[in-house]
Amino acid sequence: MTLLSVQTLTVRRGQCPVVDHVSFGIAPGECVGLIGPNGSGKTTLMRAALGLLPHDGHSSLSDPRTRARTAAWLPQERAIAWPMPVEAIVTLGRLPHLPRSGRVSDADQAAIDRALERTGLTGFRQRTATELSGGEQARVLIARALAQDTPLLMADEPIAGLDPAAQLATLGVFSDLAKAGRGVLTSLHDLSLAARYCTRLLLLSQGRLVADGPPAEVLTPENLARVFHLRARVLQTEDGPLFQPLDVLP
Amino acid sequence: MTLFASLTALLLALFTASLCIGSAALTPWNSLPALFGLGDPLTVLIMQEIRLPRALLAALVGGSLGLSGAAMQGYLRNPLAEPGLIGVSGSAALGAVIALQTGIAALFTLALPLMALAFALGSVGLILMLAGPRGASLTLILAGIAISALAGALTSLVLNLSPNPYAAYEIMFWLMGSVADRSMTHVTLALPVMAVGWVLLATLGRGLDALTLGEDAAESLGVSLTTLRLRLLGGTAAAVGAATAVTGAVGFVGLVVPHLLRPLTGARPSTLLGASTLGGASMVLAADLAVRLVLPSKDLKLGVVMAIIGAPLFLHLIYKTRREIL
Repeated sequence: MTLLSVQTLTVRRGQCPVVDHVSFGIAPGECVGLIGPNGSGKTTLMRAALGLLPHDGHSSLSDPRTRARTAAWLPQERAIAWPMPVEAIVTLGRLPHLPRSGRVSDADQAAIDRALERTGLTGFRQRTATELSGGEQARVLIARALAQDTPLLMADEPIAGLDPAAQLATLGVFSDLAKAGRGVLTSLHDLSLAARYCTRLLLLSQGRLVADGPPAEVLTPENLARVFHLRARVLQTEDGPLFQPLDVLP
Repeated sequence: MTLFASLTALLLALFTASLCIGSAALTPWNSLPALFGLGDPLTVLIMQEIRLPRALLAALVGGSLGLSGAAMQGYLRNPLAEPGLIGVSGSAALGAVIALQTGIAALFTLALPLMALAFALGSVGLILMLAGPRGASLTLILAGIAISALAGALTSLVLNLSPNPYAAYEIMFWLMGSVADRSMTHVTLALPVMAVGWVLLATLGRGLDALTLGEDAAESLGVSLTTLRLRLLGGTAAAVGAATAVTGAVGFVGLVVPHLLRPLTGARPSTLLGASTLGGASMVLAADLAVRLVLPSKDLKLGVVMAIIGAPLFLHLIYKTRREIL
């Protein structure tokens, strides 16, 4: 069984393919990191896989009727338009589950409480979301996506702008979700964290999927040089692999 | 819930006050029973044919403007948005002005409002053509501004070409907006169209809530943005088009009322829809009372009073927001 299956997905901007014949699947229990330099098509690939962009090829999520209950999507743009309380924002994640009347059931409330607890926001319930700091707002939105309680979570650079502890805590939550049998697909720029928290990495270069496998097989010196123009060392330590970029290659 | 209860109580109080106050000196003990056909036939006539339609229209128009203002702000995620932004009221006014100018308005009672309504619906059709059914909110605003500007220019042209000063006067006074001297015929024309608009707008709550998180997140939560946009445009055209058709242009309600009530609703767009409907109805009723109480002999126009109340209120809100941002 797969949570997401993408076959020969292609997105064109004009004539130029931004995502070029990408195929992959995500199974329960996997925490998949999507890596690649700026402009390699990470965001476009995820949006197309969700059916939010016109595309060729097939994605199992493109049916809007089932999508909201199958996958939660955390966009890169961190939008909280109105000065609503934190708990009300997190409750928005329950929208696909709520009945027409909008009544929040005990099960909904439990999911909301769990999401707040996982993101360390329990004490922030009544605070106005727009008055929090950028990093705290990011955590509110992560909690919103967690509250949706879907088999698959897709996040676009969820840890950008978070403090180090919040970065680790967020990826810790993602990897716990995977261990509990969910699936996670997240784009990341921090290769070190990607290597430590993801069970599998997808490497994108100019819209093409150039590597797909466990972190140690993807973060090879050749791939780093070819795709990222980086010389780096991957140290195998008792705390897991540590990744340190050293030079920019011409 | 207490918010809705107090808004409803306020609305009922203002509605009753609107029925009790007018140029004919009547006591509430005489006038209110007359509403149901009891008592002096003249009083019955005044109550049923003059004051009731006036109070009803004020409430209906205010409710329509408040509701569509809240919906428009929720959709565009911008507290400066108002229903006039998409050019509906400007186009409705143009239709009315053309009806006055060409003399169609004199043919039968409803000629003017029907013409205004037709123009309002036409303008939304034009916007959909310009922005496309899937157009982003920015294209929608730009198309709306273009249509508003065009409707404004054409209205000025009609005024410019009016054959005599009296025609120009008539047009200008109509443009100022008023609920005075309307009949139940106006209510029965406007009400069904407004009701269609309200139903379309009232169902937007869930989608507007989701839009708080941005268009992408909302769509991933199962909201169809295409349907949402169509219902918003159709609903606003029906509600505001019908309102403008029977009263002329009444500004500021759709802008100020949602802004005023937002803090009291926890800023939730779906709660704001209902609150703004009640609040808008109350505000227009209050303004129409002010029209009758402040200068009863001068035939003050509702739109003028509304702008005089609304603009300083808006300035105050901006001032308050500015302090919050600092």
